[in-house]
Amino acid sequence: MITFSGVHKWFKQLHVLNDINLHVTPGEVLVVCGPSGSGKSTLIRTINQLEPINQGSLVVDGMDLSDKKIDINKLRAEVGFVFQQFNLYPHLSVIGNITLAPIKIRNTPKKEAEEQAMQLLTRVGLAEKRDAYPSQLSGGQQQRVAIARGLAMRPKIMLFDEPTSALDPEMIGEVLQVMQDLAKTGITMVVVTHEMGFAREVADRVVFMADGVILEEAAPEDFFLRPQHERSRQFLRQLLTPMQAECS
Amino acid sequence: MEEFFNFSVITDNFTHFMIGRFPHGPLGGVGLTLYLAVVSCVLSFFGGMILGLLSISRFPVIRYPALAFINLVRGMPLLMVIFWMYFLLPALFGKVAENNTVIMALTLFTSAYMSRIVVAGIEGIPKGQTEAAISTGLTSWQAMLYIVLPQGLRNMIPSFVNQFVSLIKDTSLAFIVGVSELTHVATQINNRTMAFPTEIFVFIAIVYFILCYAFTSLSRWLEQRLAWRGTV
Repeated sequence: MITFSGVHKWFKQLHVLNDINLHVTPGEVLVVCGPSGSGKSTLIRTINQLEPINQGSLVVDGMDLSDKKIDINKLRAEVGFVFQQFNLYPHLSVIGNITLAPIKIRNTPKKEAEEQAMQLLTRVGLAEKRDAYPSQLSGGQQQRVAIARGLAMRPKIMLFDEPTSALDPEMIGEVLQVMQDLAKTGITMVVVTHEMGFAREVADRVVFMADGVILEEAAPEDFFLRPQHERSRQFLRQLLTPMQAECS
Repeated sequence: MEEFFNFSVITDNFTHFMIGRFPHGPLGGVGLTLYLAVVSCVLSFFGGMILGLLSISRFPVIRYPALAFINLVRGMPLLMVIFWMYFLLPALFGKVAENNTVIMALTLFTSAYMSRIVVAGIEGIPKGQTEAAISTGLTSWQAMLYIVLPQGLRNMIPSFVNQFVSLIKDTSLAFIVGVSELTHVATQINNRTMAFPTEIFVFIAIVYFILCYAFTSLSRWLEQRLAWRGTV
């Protein structure tokens, strides 16, 4: 579904992705974690070409992203993206946020698009908020609407870039729950997150990155119980017991 | 003591001030001032929008000519642009009515300024909005049209109003090429009557003020109407 082969990316001098080789199979839930600045957000943003790659090859859903002739908009319609900062459109209602792309790109009639949007809203538990505006919703609700918006084009792949990092602790659960339900539907998911509970329960595979390199790639139980690399051990120690790590 | 001010010159010539020799002759006075202002205003709204979008185009062949044009026009006095159009347009297209040469000059001039407002308004919208839109498969043009511009326009309104108020007042420069708008009518009446310059120019100052104030009030109303619910 997604194949990175020898992918490199630089921001000026900074080598943010260094020889990335990674394969994601259809229906797989992949969690990417690592310390900040490790390149994990850049990695996920290359998949729908929000960030172009500089070297190597990246094939998504059969389309080679280094090929100039591919229709990138068509590819992006097949790939949903959920942002850390939600990025809902503040001038549109919840239903307007979700139906915009189907109406404008697929020419779905408004009524039909709204019916589909209502199904998605019901799935994320926000059917009663259809006419609310983003600023009237809590962070957790906004992120659930953003997930519904990402699903509106019926994508084959969903990408999540730290979907819970901007949320208050008591709202993280509701978003993770929606993501967990989504994972069960068999959609391919790549999730950048620090939520190790989610990774342990939902992920098929965990990738650990640091300094633009994939250091470790393992099933969750192996990664959490038997991390191979010193950097991963250090990272896990800090995540699981942040206070102690800082004091020691 | 004699009357200090004699405003009978205003009341006697009131229709002339308001509509010139209309309906027996061409429209003039306040009527023509409004006509020039409204038409130039509408045209430069679109002109500014188009120029602004061109000047941030991805393609250098589009971007650089647009920027060059904007900088050229911004570097010239409006009066010069008016003269320029007055002589250039007839040379290019044969006979062109004076009113239209003035409208053209005001439109070009104001569009150049407006384009920078448009660019600032677009750049004020967080990048995440465009990213979210193109991530759903919208083209960058659709993202601009449905997501960025509707939000940006609202932020541009105060600067637009500023520019349009300037525009209303700038129509008075049309008097230099013999277009009989309010200032021109005022000088005509002044030349004819000779005795009441203070009254006449106090009066047209008040008229310009009323026009501009009415316009700012209108746009304040528009701004409130365009506000979407619960915006911070």
